[in-house]
Amino acid sequence: MVKLLIELFFTFFKIGMFTIGGGYAMIPLIQQEIVDHGWMTFKETVDMIAVSEMTPGPFAINSATFVGVKTGGIIGAAVATLGVVLPSFIIVVLVAKYSTRFRNEPMVQSALYGLRPAVIGLIAASAFSIATASFFTISNDGSALSISGLLSNIGGTVDFKSIFIFIVAMIAGIKYKVHPILLIVLSGVLGIILYAI
Amino acid sequence: MNKATDRKAKIRKLFLVFFRIGAFTFGGGLAMIPFIKREIVDNHHWIEEEDIVDIFAIVQSVPGVIAVNSAIFVGYRVAGILGSVASALGVVLPSFVVIAVIATFFTTFKSIPVVANAFEGISAGVTALIVSALLNLRKASIKDVYGWIIAGCVFIVMTVTKISAVYLLLASAILGLIISHVRKKKGW
Repeated sequence: MVKLLIELFFTFFKIGMFTIGGGYAMIPLIQQEIVDHGWMTFKETVDMIAVSEMTPGPFAINSATFVGVKTGGIIGAAVATLGVVLPSFIIVVLVAKYSTRFRNEPMVQSALYGLRPAVIGLIAASAFSIATASFFTISNDGSALSISGLLSNIGGTVDFKSIFIFIVAMIAGIKYKVHPILLIVLSGVLGIILYAI
Repeated sequence: MNKATDRKAKIRKLFLVFFRIGAFTFGGGLAMIPFIKREIVDNHHWIEEEDIVDIFAIVQSVPGVIAVNSAIFVGYRVAGILGSVASALGVVLPSFVVIAVIATFFTTFKSIPVVANAFEGISAGVTALIVSALLNLRKASIKDVYGWIIAGCVFIVMTVTKISAVYLLLASAILGLIISHVRKKKGW
């Protein structure tokens, strides 16, 4: 138990330290860590994203709490959540104390110049892996974060219902600006109807 | 009112204000900014209007999520280190309670067939959400051909290898520093 708590703390400390760009940028890193530790399957991480979108609070914090509860109960949740918040706590307090011009530092600007596109690449990778896990019926329910996982997914049967729901959700979101919570409810309802047939 | 009780009152107030912000902002991130501004600047006058804009800019360029970082920063400016602890605790607590309850019952809940079907659909919806976020963020994040190259390389490496995202981020930050340095020297 103590070993698990230590592992939870340091894993989420690491995740917290490398969260640049907030929100969706964290998804691939979190999935990678959680699946590699065997704390959840890849599919479960996608469920977790959905739950996080429908409840208050940012995904990074929510996922720490979620994984913590599932693996180490309420204490696990407290430890994981503390771990994910602590790096930014330390950094933000230091910045608040010593400088308001942090963002204008040329070093910070230059690093961000490389980091921002990297975050886009990361989110794209996570969109791609979630899409393949969702559009193909998975045989092994394993990680879709590796090439072999991806190939075994693509080798599975194509799930046209899922692709249909994706297209509807894309149109609703981009063209009609439907709120993310409503989008999730909508795709859930479509899922209930389509998968019952 | 003397200074110590004033500070104590502020700390209590910070906790409550950020608890409310944490409880009513769904989806996190940028959605929280107008909320925080209204409470901190308009209602409580803890921070000046111009300063809050700077704060939002600063907290987005350090690790962490906007809502929590803003809470920590504002808390520190208003009442020092205890202020930032109270604010951070306040903003995290609502979702902590909600998620802890949901996570406890989630496995049982998902074994109901209707719920399982709903989550099959939801997984397609989540894909759509992430793809939309990607399209939105792309404009502000990739400004030139180097940006496209970095994004492309990160995507490929992340998809075909098991290299941790942490190393990719570190490498990209270093690359950013190098490109900016070379650019300055050559005067592009």
